[in-house]
Amino acid sequence: MDLGSILHTIFNFENYGELLALVQNSILAGAVLGLLGGLIGTFVMKRDLAFAVHGISELSFAGASFALLIGADIIFGSLAGSVAAALLLGLMGVRARDKNSIIGVIMPFGLGLGILFLALYQGRAANKFGLLTGQIVSVDTVQLQVLAGTAVVVMLALAAIWRPLSFASVDPEMAEARGVPVRGLAIAFMVLLGVSVALSIQIVGALLVLALLITPAAAALRVTTSPRLVVLLSVVFAITATVGGILLALGSRIPISPYVTTLSFLIYVVCRIIGNVRANRGINGRIVRPGAAMGQAAEDQAVAG
Amino acid sequence: MDRGIFLTPVVSLRGAGLQFGQRALWKDLDVDIQAGEFFAVLGPNGSGKTSFLKVLLGLQQLHSGTVTVAGHPVERGSRKIGYIPQQKSFAPDTPLRARDLVSLGVDGHRWGLRIKAKAVNERVDALLDLVGASDYARVPVGQLSGGEQQRLRVAQALAAEPELLLCDEPLLSLDLHHQQAVSSLINRQCHERNSAVVFVTHEINPVIDYVDRVLYLAGGRFRVGTPEEVMTTEVLSELYNSRVEVIRANGRIVVVGLPDATTHYHDDAHAGVEEGH
Repeated sequence: MDLGSILHTIFNFENYGELLALVQNSILAGAVLGLLGGLIGTFVMKRDLAFAVHGISELSFAGASFALLIGADIIFGSLAGSVAAALLLGLMGVRARDKNSIIGVIMPFGLGLGILFLALYQGRAANKFGLLTGQIVSVDTVQLQVLAGTAVVVMLALAAIWRPLSFASVDPEMAEARGVPVRGLAIAFMVLLGVSVALSIQIVGALLVLALLITPAAAALRVTTSPRLVVLLSVVFAITATVGGILLALGSRIPISPYVTTLSFLIYVVCRIIGNVRANRGINGRIVRPGAAMGQAAEDQAVAG
Repeated sequence: MDRGIFLTPVVSLRGAGLQFGQRALWKDLDVDIQAGEFFAVLGPNGSGKTSFLKVLLGLQQLHSGTVTVAGHPVERGSRKIGYIPQQKSFAPDTPLRARDLVSLGVDGHRWGLRIKAKAVNERVDALLDLVGASDYARVPVGQLSGGEQQRLRVAQALAAEPELLLCDEPLLSLDLHHQQAVSSLINRQCHERNSAVVFVTHEINPVIDYVDRVLYLAGGRFRVGTPEEVMTTEVLSELYNSRVEVIRANGRIVVVGLPDATTHYHDDAHAGVEEGH
């Protein structure tokens, strides 16, 4: 295979219009998952749960492959696996260090179980591969409805706990003193995260879930610290990656995940560069008053008052 | 404190005791704290100063006795209470600007999404102005100095216009300039806006001009009174059960010959000077 034909395999836009009509459901599903991933991702970053997402996705993979093996619904299987993992982490890992070691223990176990179930499975090989690397081309209307319905429920739940969850995520001791149920919110969020992981696996696969749940939010945090803007950018980045990935993957026979993850990665790199340039220029939003040392005038005023 | 007879005290403890296992931190504590009173809680490490605050916050149950805040039993997350914690640095990349930290104090405890953003923003602006933090309102908290962060903590605590302001070593690790700025802000809330202040500290000198009464905890015993009554050679020697010398110089209080804070109170006095006890 020469470079030209490799490129042709990766980027193939023949009969694009006809294909586009066929994958309308997939594009909608991608948009829904991008929206969900962008929203959940901001809290994943605030709560420092990137590693947990990875651990949850491996158990979700185990659940999905078990469902595939016994002929049950794959979405249900991956939901069961990821919610179980998320609850386990939510209930057990109180301290960050504990949490990381528990995840490190769970992750290979889940992956091993998944490989066992797939090895036992006698069906189509594409089904197996799809669980790990993602497949979205074949989303039918019923699947889309289930996906969108579940995503809406998760987003409504997230909206309901948005403010106290933000408080508990960035300033936990103060939140506790204010009477915010910090521990209950942590467990509630883990459940929402588990469901989101299970849904995202449908599109990017278990191995690449981080590209949907972490990278967009991490990229957004590189360029802004305004809470609203972080959420907005994170959602825009995630939808760009998923929908853009599907559109690019359309004509080729390659799974969509490399397209999604590459878009996601490129967005992150650009944001990172922008963030570094700003930091080097010392732009951080501080108003420097001429003729006074930084903040000195205001401080003296406060002391005098 | 004669007016206390006529007014409901903001904080009222009766026969209050706290112990962990067999070790009694303090017991039979009766104290009323009035609106507009600056009440300092002093004592060595492990004497139960912070636990005293946790009792008022509803995060720690009393072992015996009762406690009320504004006439009601304490409840977690009371809006009548503002809380200023010890300065603890944020990671440099924490996704939170100064104004966002303050806004958590305004509506962070409420369920749902923020609907009335304008009202919250105006309140946050006013609070930032009050503590002189307007110039760095949009700076990420992780990039602020410890003193700047503590000003924001004051603004955050004042958001609910608390009747009771609880301060847990808020000046720790601040330079002198910021110590003065932050303690003056707390004093204003106390004596101009009539909040009761409970100020836990191991160092009385930065707030010596503001303190109305002192609760000194040491060795399972305590003493309540004005600084003049409590911060004396006789009282502290009795509390520590060893010879402690209190010297006053230029309006400051120096305590000499204090037993090592972490050892038992009946140990012989260690040679050493510690300011402010």
